Amino acid sequence: MHPIQLIVFLPLLAALVAGLGARLIGKVPAKLVTTGALFASCALSWMTFLPFLSGSAEASVVPVLQWVRSGDLDFSWALRVDTLTAVMLVVITSVSALVHLYSWGYMDEDPDQPRFFAYLSLFTFAMLMLVTADNLVQMFFGWEGVGLASYLLIGFWFRKPSANAAAMKAFVVNRVGDLGFMMGIFGTFLVFGTVSIPAILAAAPGMAGSTIGFLGYRFDTMTVLCILLFIGAMGKSAQLGLHTWLPDAMEGPTPVSALIHAATMVTAGVFMVCRLSPMFETSPVALSFVTAVGAATCFFAATVGTTQTDIKRVIAYSTCSQLGYMFFAAGVGAYGAAMFHLFTHAFFKALLFLGAGSVIHAMHHEQDMRYYGGLRKHIPLTFWAMMMGTLAITGVGIVDVAGFAGFYSKDAILEAAYARGTGLSQMAFFVGIFAALLTSFYSWRLMFLTFWGKPRWEQSEHIQHAVHDAHGHDDHAHGHGDHGHGHASHDGTAGYHPHESPISMLLPLALLSVGAVLAGFVFHHAFISEGGGEFWKGSLAFSEHLIHAMHEVPEWVKWAPFGVMLTGLVIAYVAYIANPGLPAAFTGAVGPLYRFLLNKWYFDELYTAVFIRPAMALGRVFWKVGDIGIIDRFGPNGAAALVARSSRIAVRLQSGYLNSYALVMLVGLVGAVSWVIAR
Amino acid sequence: MSGFPILSLMLLVPLVGAVACLLANREAARMIALVATLVDLVLGAVLWSRYQIGGPQWQFQEHASVFAGFEWKLGIDGIALLLIALTVFLMPVCIGASWNAIEKRAGEYYANFLVMETLMIGVFSAQDLFLFYIMFEAGLIPMYLIIGIWGGADRIYASYKFFLYTLLGSVLMLIAMMWMVNEAGTSDIPTLMAYNFPVHAQTWLWLAFFASFAVKMPMWPTHTWLPDAHVQAPTAGSVILAGVLLKMGGYGFIRFSLPMFPEASAQFAPLIYGLSMAAVVITSLIALVQHDMKKLIAYSSVAHMGIVTVGLFAFNRQGLEGSMLIMLSHGLVAGALFLAVGVIYDRLHTREIDRYGGLAINMPAYALFFMLFTMASVGLPGTSGFVGEFLSLMGVYAQSSWVALVCTTGIILGAAYMLYLYRRVVFGVQKHADTAAMPDLDKREWAMMIPLAAAVLWMGIFPETFLAPMRKDIAALDARLAQARPKGDADLRLAAIPPASATHEHGDAMEHGSKAEHEGAR
Repeated sequence: MHPIQLIVFLPLLAALVAGLGARLIGKVPAKLVTTGALFASCALSWMTFLPFLSGSAEASVVPVLQWVRSGDLDFSWALRVDTLTAVMLVVITSVSALVHLYSWGYMDEDPDQPRFFAYLSLFTFAMLMLVTADNLVQMFFGWEGVGLASYLLIGFWFRKPSANAAAMKAFVVNRVGDLGFMMGIFGTFLVFGTVSIPAILAAAPGMAGSTIGFLGYRFDTMTVLCILLFIGAMGKSAQLGLHTWLPDAMEGPTPVSALIHAATMVTAGVFMVCRLSPMFETSPVALSFVTAVGAATCFFAATVGTTQTDIKRVIAYSTCSQLGYMFFAAGVGAYGAAMFHLFTHAFFKALLFLGAGSVIHAMHHEQDMRYYGGLRKHIPLTFWAMMMGTLAITGVGIVDVAGFAGFYSKDAILEAAYARGTGLSQMAFFVGIFAALLTSFYSWRLMFLTFWGKPRWEQSEHIQHAVHDAHGHDDHAHGHGDHGHGHASHDGTAGYHPHESPISMLLPLALLSVGAVLAGFVFHHAFISEGGGEFWKGSLAFSEHLIHAMHEVPEWVKWAPFGVMLTGLVIAYVAYIANPGLPAAFTGAVGPLYRFLLNKWYFDELYTAVFIRPAMALGRVFWKVGDIGIIDRFGPNGAAALVARSSRIAVRLQSGYLNSYALVMLVGLVGAVSWVIAR
Repeated sequence: MSGFPILSLMLLVPLVGAVACLLANREAARMIALVATLVDLVLGAVLWSRYQIGGPQWQFQEHASVFAGFEWKLGIDGIALLLIALTVFLMPVCIGASWNAIEKRAGEYYANFLVMETLMIGVFSAQDLFLFYIMFEAGLIPMYLIIGIWGGADRIYASYKFFLYTLLGSVLMLIAMMWMVNEAGTSDIPTLMAYNFPVHAQTWLWLAFFASFAVKMPMWPTHTWLPDAHVQAPTAGSVILAGVLLKMGGYGFIRFSLPMFPEASAQFAPLIYGLSMAAVVITSLIALVQHDMKKLIAYSSVAHMGIVTVGLFAFNRQGLEGSMLIMLSHGLVAGALFLAVGVIYDRLHTREIDRYGGLAINMPAYALFFMLFTMASVGLPGTSGFVGEFLSLMGVYAQSSWVALVCTTGIILGAAYMLYLYRRVVFGVQKHADTAAMPDLDKREWAMMIPLAAAVLWMGIFPETFLAPMRKDIAALDARLAQARPKGDADLRLAAIPPASATHEHGDAMEHGSKAEHEGAR
């Protein structure tokens, strides 16, 4: 058995055992099976990846089962392993294994744990099927499979209406993207006569410059196909326009946010563009589109991130923004840099989410940063983990010396955008620089609000409940309540004592911190240096020329990210530590702009007004007016009225008469036919 | 062929069972019905196992003259085999669904179901035009009775509507059939399938058949009988209605309209596209605002059938095979969904969506099955719903990107109304005490759900089992259609360009042509 089969199918097996058999085997075994399977899968993934890193492994495809054969269309279930897949394998299984472990602590009090772990493992399986796909349809299977798992996990707490709404929104909005993906697959089959990815990539250059009819107009073939497929990527990777589901997805448990909505699933779109990069290379228009969408998302999400108060939503918008970086990297042809940022981002963003989860855990499910403050001393380990994540995402590092993970990958993207030299890529560069400023600002804002300053916990309802419950408990058990009943402590803590998370949660934080610190330094040679072609081995369109140009960019381009990072830090410091009254004054001064950002550019309101309400209204009209008012009225009811008027037959159509009525009908039928034939 | 008349036996077993049911009391009748349908299921399995894939086109042929030129002629190809298999697979499930629900006049009820099984198998195996017609029309009667006698409060109106619609279509079809027999001099279906009717006559013949099949399918706007029929029918009636009776329309297109009138089919393809697009979008939107679970699923059936019809008229292998797979899948999935509604209807006696909620808490196994069938209905890859939908839409894309685009919006709307249904019924809090007290699936219900779930996954993961038997027949049909196949709107042109002026002119002409085609399609 090839190890890739174990890597992919162990999580599926574990999901089935835990999901269907939990009542037989019990809660702890269900958790053990899934977590164990993931760690085994993870170990095998690293064993698969390391030979690719050293350049000694070759791409291979392991067939599994025939899937569909219809005329010329023929595709199978198969597992493809090459460098690009191996990178994704490592990301997916590492983060997933750690998230499984983390969930032992985070979900400890939940009664439905086997279901949760089963969903997590199911998700991992689907994601692995996506990245090992050798044809577009299997990629679509994984694509929809992760969508299902995401739906189930966002709605995991199904008693909460908001969680159900968010789950449904995620699925349906993704389906809008899937419409593009499916049309893209149809078109690709029409043009190339195959859905096999290697075959398509090999044939794509031959189609450059050809034209095709689409929706009644003529377009460049490759542009149509790439943009259709990219619409799928926009949905899954929450790009501007189809991003609205991602912030709401934060309704899911925090480990889910870390695994699915930060590290893996949402990067599937980036993976897809990289996987199909030789195809995208044939269409400059499509690449420009990718660049523009990526840059716009990067900017949009960063602006919204600066105003949110829910700790998870800040990180969600941050994710959205970072995905924008990855896309415009791909758009300017720096696929290696896009994948590298995907790789480092997976570690530091999973770290930030899990760290946030640890904070939420300590703060009794309070997620509003306005009610945090001063947590540095209470949960120091979580604080340091979050600090590593923040240093990584803001890209702290010294040019030509060393830095945290995000320093290598984000700077590479910005340099590539500058080096590419087209007008659009230059614009993407400046947008990226500005977004980096905002990234630094909102990241440090998050840190300062959470860990610095004085505790502001007493205003939190969650904390009040916690304290109240604890005191009630104390009063009964020990008969004393030395903190007093009004919780009128003057330190803003309301008498609450946050506790550091258990070891099962801290260990993943520690391991991811190592990733956030070192992933850039260790792997940047392989991913994005000259000679990276040796590493990627054609699994994506790697441009040595662009890498060379990146080294030639002016010094100020190299230092600009560092400068804006510092600027963002300083602004955040001034606004949230040195002069805490400043944000309120500032938002008061720019009221409309602030509300625009706080309300996320009013996308949700717009979509509700333009799509959801009209769809419902149209449905009602088609039903009440179309079906009942017109079709039925002039169709069967009209006929009935005619019949009833003449013979009142309808009255006699009672159940008792039905038998004889039917018999008459049958006899008449047979008689008529016999007559026709015998005539 | 082997001399053993297995098809006749499959027709006879339920008929004998029906007579026995009429004479038996409730307990005996349901047992007889179960045994009879299970025997037919076994016979169906034998039929499939003996069917030679890649063998002669028509197998298990039987022939006997009855009277005055009316002939008992049976035989199946791969397409018929699959639909017969679907029928015999769903019948025991229907009997199971009726097990406790039917109390009044049970003997007659089961007799009706068994007669219907005979007639359905008869429709798919008839090789004589008039034999087909009798089976096809007579199949209405038991269904009509099932709705009219064992249905809900408005059963009379629903059965009347059902009857009126279907009768209207069939009269025209009968006249067309008579004309065809006169013209071709035979009522043998395989011969007629190869007969080249004059193109001008095809138009009228096609329309006459279309009237019947469009109602059966049902295609928009002749679909309004379906929601009422489903809502009023008992659970098993809905299962068989959605599962098999709706497939007769599709079977009619694939057996008659397409091979017998290829030119007319091509000529009317824009009409089919237009009605199908309307069906997908309009009925999906209507499904979104329903309060009655059965009505919602009934409307979703109309939308799914819209994708079947575009696939059938895509004039290529993917479209045809995809449509067949959707029909099979929809038979399983819609049947299973109506069964799922029946399970909770049996407990609470209401189909009102708002009366439910939070079922995941007290009925976790039910929630799991319902989720699987919901996802299959939505067309999630890995379930049966995906493969057919994908192939069918891929097929029609080759004809028209507009049609493909509009019909593919069905995957968005489908997700919206199904997940909205699931969210209101299964998720959320337990609002009502009686809903919260409902027990999870019992053994009988498990026994009905498991085979359906297994079939849905099988068809999603390894559809080859279902594609292989019909491959040769679809290829033959595709070859027959090749002469009439309209040109697609894609018209790929490579970059290597002949002299610019000529290309330009040619390009303009083509653009114009394909645009006109779209106008027609809309």
